[in-house]
Amino acid sequence: MSVDPRVLKEEILQIYPKKLRQKRSDSIVINEHREDGTVPEIKANVRSNPGIITQRGCTYAGCKGVVIGPSRDILSLVHGPIGCSFYAWLTRRNQTRPESPEAQNFINYCLSTDMQEENIVFGGEKKLKEAVREAFHLFHPKAIAIFSTCPVGLIGDDVHAVAREMKAELGINIFGFSCEGYRGVSQSAGHHIANNGLFKHIIGNDETPHPEKFKVNLLGEYNIGGDGFVLEDILSRCGIKQISTFSGNSTYDTMANSHTADLNLVMCHRSINYVAEMMEKRFGIPWMKVNFIGATATAKSLRRIGEYFEDDGLKARIEEVIAEEMAKVEAVQAVVKSRCQGKTAMLFVGGSRAHHYQQLFTEIGMKTVVAGYEFGHRDDYEGRKVLPGLKVDADSKNIEEIDVVPDPERYRPRRTPEQIAKLEAKTEMEFRDYVGMMPEMDSDAMVIDDISHYETERILEAYRPDIFCAGIKEKFGVQKMGIPCKQLHSYDYGGPYAGFAGAINFFNDIDRLVNMKIWRYATPPWQPPTQQPEQVAAD
Amino acid sequence: MSSQPRPSKSPRPNWVSTRNPCKACAPLGAALVMRGIEGALPFLHGSQGCATYMRRYLISHFREPMDIATSGFSEATTIFGGEKNLCQGLDNVTSQYHPALIGIATTCLTETIGEDMHGMLHQYRARPGEADDPLLVHVSTPAYSGTHIDGFNDAVRAVVEQLAEAGHAPSAYLENFVNVFPGLVSSEDLRFLKEVCADFALPATLFPDYSETLDGPSMEIYKKIPEGGTSLAALRATPSAKASIELGRTLRQKRTAASFLQERFSVPAKRIGLPIGINESDSFFAALEKLSGHKTPEKYTRERGRLVDAYVDGHKYLFGKRALIIGDEDMVVGLTSFLAETGVLPVLCASGGKSGAFARSIAEVTTHLREPAMVREGVDFMTIAEELALKDLKPDFVIGSSKAAKLARTLGVPLIRLGFPIHDRIGGQRILHLGYRGAQQLFDLVVNTLLEVKQDSNSIGYSYL
Repeated sequence: MSVDPRVLKEEILQIYPKKLRQKRSDSIVINEHREDGTVPEIKANVRSNPGIITQRGCTYAGCKGVVIGPSRDILSLVHGPIGCSFYAWLTRRNQTRPESPEAQNFINYCLSTDMQEENIVFGGEKKLKEAVREAFHLFHPKAIAIFSTCPVGLIGDDVHAVAREMKAELGINIFGFSCEGYRGVSQSAGHHIANNGLFKHIIGNDETPHPEKFKVNLLGEYNIGGDGFVLEDILSRCGIKQISTFSGNSTYDTMANSHTADLNLVMCHRSINYVAEMMEKRFGIPWMKVNFIGATATAKSLRRIGEYFEDDGLKARIEEVIAEEMAKVEAVQAVVKSRCQGKTAMLFVGGSRAHHYQQLFTEIGMKTVVAGYEFGHRDDYEGRKVLPGLKVDADSKNIEEIDVVPDPERYRPRRTPEQIAKLEAKTEMEFRDYVGMMPEMDSDAMVIDDISHYETERILEAYRPDIFCAGIKEKFGVQKMGIPCKQLHSYDYGGPYAGFAGAINFFNDIDRLVNMKIWRYATPPWQPPTQQPEQVAAD
Repeated sequence: MSSQPRPSKSPRPNWVSTRNPCKACAPLGAALVMRGIEGALPFLHGSQGCATYMRRYLISHFREPMDIATSGFSEATTIFGGEKNLCQGLDNVTSQYHPALIGIATTCLTETIGEDMHGMLHQYRARPGEADDPLLVHVSTPAYSGTHIDGFNDAVRAVVEQLAEAGHAPSAYLENFVNVFPGLVSSEDLRFLKEVCADFALPATLFPDYSETLDGPSMEIYKKIPEGGTSLAALRATPSAKASIELGRTLRQKRTAASFLQERFSVPAKRIGLPIGINESDSFFAALEKLSGHKTPEKYTRERGRLVDAYVDGHKYLFGKRALIIGDEDMVVGLTSFLAETGVLPVLCASGGKSGAFARSIAEVTTHLREPAMVREGVDFMTIAEELALKDLKPDFVIGSSKAAKLARTLGVPLIRLGFPIHDRIGGQRILHLGYRGAQQLFDLVVNTLLEVKQDSNSIGYSYL
């Protein structure tokens, strides 16, 4: 099937009122690889227009749900009316593995101040303080995180002052987040706010040393479907000590101690790059982007870690693990590839996943024809090289940029600039960089930021892909149209999909989906075949 | 389960925080109601996160597409007001969806600001050159007050209030029709209510009706707004009905659509408990007989007979079993009424809702019980757990939504998932709770769940039970 993406784009845009048409036109881009090495500019991280059915969430969702929530022993307390707390209760399926049955795990709990009308009128700080005391006496946590929802900022409750007061009273770490839902463009704003909180209130609080030689943190890995467990296993088999993960299967203590690592590995660039940057500035820990989604990508990322530590023993162990795992992957890959070769996929997830998962599809011969992020920024699409030219808009200005300086005692550059330069020259590894999604996609692929429900229908009609990957909000509409939808936020409660074992799971799951035969029953035998679908969206 | 907090020692402490809630917020209920109107699109006036969260929540129960638009407040909007966003939002959503009606609900944010919805919508309607706007209705749903059930019922009333026109009987209905306001029930329940009314030859306006919009077939040509829902003509004609039936003993008298139609248009309002089990279904069928002038069709008499027969057959398994029932108030009242008929002992009936009528309603449907059930309104799951421990209630099974799963697991007893939300099992929208037929299915489900426990938890290896 051949679709001219330029024509399709114009067709999609034509129903929009004029101003909206222009704006969406800048967010729907046909990819190309220019001679100077650049890709086209895409408008991203700008507000969704009112009345567009966006798939984006809010600042609170990014802060509480994505970044802080997966940490099992930080007690989350939501300050606001009940809904926000209820809707964010155990929705993302972040797995965690407490050290013992008695160890603290608050992931199953949903605590809220459940603000009532009188709290809105007279202020909710008193109630919040009491709720913090209750939470403390009930659970005796090491730390309590307070999350603000929309009305809190509006009525002027000072969650930070309450946090300070309660911290002094109760003697545990208590901190607040001004992550009201209206604050940012999307959940991305909440990621940034959460990153700031992690950095200000947790990272660096524990100096326990570790004797191991190769110490890393894994940033932006949330252990959906047990991805984090797979990666912990791989890294430990290679002899690499993982101090902390941000924030899947993490604890307060591991994060507090994370500045003792010698390298930060960044998985989800969008949600956690701020922590990586700040840790490098304050503690001297370099960071590099890795991708553990896809077997070849995993192998490549592991080899880069080996190069960084410049240790032959480590490199040898890494090669052993790769060899052992690749054999298993290739066996499944060959079978699945023969059944999936030439099929097409679309990916609309996250701030890195829509990029990472293309690798997995490539490994089974499938091509990603259209992709986009829900809450990515231009650097996630075009690469961090566009950062210096990015304009800071009003929404981003609302979010604190922490001015980080080297820690007078603890700043210890793990590698000199010369060593870094040498490493970068020797291998294709790059530090503090992310190449972005578009340079690794084909020319003529469509890239759509913040795709709406209407646009989704139009591209599905035009391309009829073999699979659409997104989340639960898209899933059932897409499937009504006869196209399987794989949830890549929750993995449809399957997975893991990371690393080598994860790749095998993914191949099998995709095979099952794209070769599903159920839709042949859609038209009953007594009904004459329907005509070609009409252009319904533009009527 | 790790880190299970110890039950509080002090009796009934006054918890300030809500710990594992049994309730969602009001706009969610309103959005669900708007989805039950033909050609309508729900719209939330507030931050975009509200629409996203409620969409994903409703979708995980119904497993159907659920589009909700939003005015997408920014920081500036919260300061300067949301009129511009509202108007833009209405324009944009109209250009994509061409809805016949947009059902707007406010959120805690816009209610805190005090947005003048009447004024803004009036201005919007009055702008020049826009003749074929969709109809606009709105409901005030401050999320800091009440629950999703209050939002649901308030939306039903708001829609009826804003669309009702006196003397406007659509010809299809002639004059002999009734309004039926079922409350938050499943898509299957709604289909059942339509079937019953049709079998009584009683024309009925069922509102809301998401029986098709939230449980539709696979389709070759995707429709952004699915077919089905209560028609606008029918909603306009509600004042011409000969009566309104509203289901739910805990409905707030002054705030329902039926009470509005009674006060304003003298349409007699008949309030019946949610027809779950024999007693409540009997009242419902009696009302239908009276309103339609027809005897209950044989089909239902036989269903009732089979149900009684099953109650007898299953009595030995259920008698004296202790049940914990958690959920939306009217659902709990109905389920308690049903269980009490079968010989089950409801030991605790609990709800996150707080209508003020819950305890009275439970008492009304359990008069024949030797031990009255304990009733707790406006509670959360941790308070329920503490009550159970404190009073040593030892339930044999739990009936509740998916949210009760953790509690049931801690108690080591089975959870029978009924009501809303059910997001860890498939088919929540297809559970039939209502009528004799619904009770039959519930009865078999309850008995079989207990038999499974009996079979699995001993070494005898029963193969006949």
